Amino acid sequence: MAAPFDLTDDSVVVIIGTGAGGGVLANELAQKGVSVVALEAGGRYLPEDYVNDEWESFGQLAWVDPRTTSGDWRVAKDFSGLPAWIVKAVGGTTTHWAGASLRFQDHEWKAATTYGPVQGANLLDWPIDAAEMAPWYDKAEAKLGVTRTGGREGLPGNNNYKVFEAGAKALGYTEVHTGRMAINSAEYDGRTFCHQTGFCFQGCKWGAKWSSAYTDIPRGEATGNLEVRERCHAARILHDDSGKVTGVEYFDADGNLQMQAARVVCVAGNSFESPRLLLNSASSMFPDGLANSSGQVGRNYMRHMTGSVYATFDKPVRMWRGTTMAGIIQDEARHDPSRGFVGGYELETLALGIPFMAAFLDPGAWGREFTSALDAYENMAGMWIVGEDMPQETNRVTLNHAVKDQFGLPVANVHFSDHPNDIAMRNHAYRQGVAVYEAVGATRTFPTPPYPSTHNLGTNRMSEKARDGVVNRWGQTHDVPNLFVSDGSQFTTGAAENPTLTIVALAIRQADHIAREMSAQTL
Amino acid sequence: MTTTADVRGMTRRQLLSRATAAGASFVVGAGFIAAPDAAWAYETTHIKPEAFATLVQMARDIYPHDRIPDENYVLAVKGYDTPEAAPAIEAGIAALDAAAHGKGFPGYLGTGWERDRVDILRGMEESGFFQMIRGGLVTGLYNQKAVWPIFGYEGESYSQGGYLERGFDDISWL
Repeated sequence: MAAPFDLTDDSVVVIIGTGAGGGVLANELAQKGVSVVALEAGGRYLPEDYVNDEWESFGQLAWVDPRTTSGDWRVAKDFSGLPAWIVKAVGGTTTHWAGASLRFQDHEWKAATTYGPVQGANLLDWPIDAAEMAPWYDKAEAKLGVTRTGGREGLPGNNNYKVFEAGAKALGYTEVHTGRMAINSAEYDGRTFCHQTGFCFQGCKWGAKWSSAYTDIPRGEATGNLEVRERCHAARILHDDSGKVTGVEYFDADGNLQMQAARVVCVAGNSFESPRLLLNSASSMFPDGLANSSGQVGRNYMRHMTGSVYATFDKPVRMWRGTTMAGIIQDEARHDPSRGFVGGYELETLALGIPFMAAFLDPGAWGREFTSALDAYENMAGMWIVGEDMPQETNRVTLNHAVKDQFGLPVANVHFSDHPNDIAMRNHAYRQGVAVYEAVGATRTFPTPPYPSTHNLGTNRMSEKARDGVVNRWGQTHDVPNLFVSDGSQFTTGAAENPTLTIVALAIRQADHIAREMSAQTL
Repeated sequence: MTTTADVRGMTRRQLLSRATAAGASFVVGAGFIAAPDAAWAYETTHIKPEAFATLVQMARDIYPHDRIPDENYVLAVKGYDTPEAAPAIEAGIAALDAAAHGKGFPGYLGTGWERDRVDILRGMEESGFFQMIRGGLVTGLYNQKAVWPIFGYEGESYSQGGYLERGFDDISWL
């Protein structure tokens, strides 16, 4: 049967979310002839719709449904209703992402073994490893057209990169380049090359940056096997007496409750909505939420150890011109406990426009110390810090029954506090970032606190044993055989690298597994 | 915003004379505040003009940019000039003036140096009023396209082909 599919068609795979995980999974399954209904809470926006304007774009794309926050992270004070800066649209956060596409380092698949016991950290090895993932990374890099892989050229360095590179080299760093980016340096896969426009975070108007919104999604739809239902918000996953899932209740674009039957359900709503949906699907058979016999649903929330360093100089930089994140220093990504922490971090170029710089440079600050920094905006360079943070059981997504969304469903509360290892790593990264800029004559530096999270990970983590996590090596829940998790929430640990490439690689691999099991009638 | 000072038949001279009487950073007329040179004016409809002028000064003291003209600070706060918001604004400004009186000044606008006003603001920065005004300014001021060139920020670039041929890598001083 070809799309569109009937609500009662219980032969379909229902995927919730269409970003790096769900969008890729939907296309990969459709290409293999599997019938897929993808429920997407947001609307459809394409390159012609994107706007080169930070707040206007935020209004167009950001997920701003109510959420609450707690814990000692500064986001809970400065952006209490906005724990994450992620997207509600077809394509999910692949519209917004910067494009940095890095493989995990081999040892990062085995954090518990490599790092040993870390007090207060709920470390666990992934049940898969670098060798197993290598061919899937190959496929992911080819799909995304990642620069500096597969013979593809790197992007040219912009002004912000040149400052960053000069400082890095003065400091003796050697692994410094314009990144492995899912942004075309030359025409690739029918998409044009980067025109150095800036505004990578606002959706790439050239389509030079890979996004599932205008690659995997339309290709899946072209097979006739994929139906994307826009502005459809999943509310509850239903199951039968045998404990297998049977369908998904959702609110359609008109706010009416519908139920789509399903043979398999895959959850890919990012690391707040995915556990929230499982918890909101509690029943008499699963009183603590679906797939939650371990009690780990929502726990071990990771957001990467992040922060930024901005610096001003006596001459112009104009960091906003060109690719936002095409620049990386990888020398600190290694695991080297002599630095006073386990795991490592990447330094990546980053620029914000004046509207977002005012909001994020030092939230809540005012007066001349703050405004004199903005007065030097034209002479400013910037970098982002992204490192491995420690999974902690107490950092978690729970249901806040006191606050309901527009559909009357309890919202996600996001609780986060830094682990001492996160703080030690951030302080090290601040020092190194400041040193990079001082090496090229910075007149003033700004160790800037983390923004609302973009890398949300770990709230349905993958584990060998059912008691330690929510899903197995295929992203299949330990408790419910025909229920899968397909987004970053399945990350066992976060590694130091931007997560999208790994989410995509896992989704391609999961599609292969699901299609195989379906044809073997074991699913 | 009106751009002339004589919308209601007031002459520039009248405005200036009222300004002198008010002793404020802004010319305060009957329902008007205006630039000393009458290059622009804003007619308040719900907030008392004196209170509005104080609000504008407060906005500048929170986010002082000496190259941004008053006009943009007026634009940043004029959204409060509504029947719903005006009472809270006037109460907040009254508290600001009371704090100034407590430090021996005739009012917030009667202070001499920015540091005196900043000192007053520091004393109330945890208040809901201060946080509302400060929070609103983050977008109200910095999201005005008219102020972006003052910071050198160039804004939208797609329609011009990006910076590929327009200096994305033109840094010359490294």
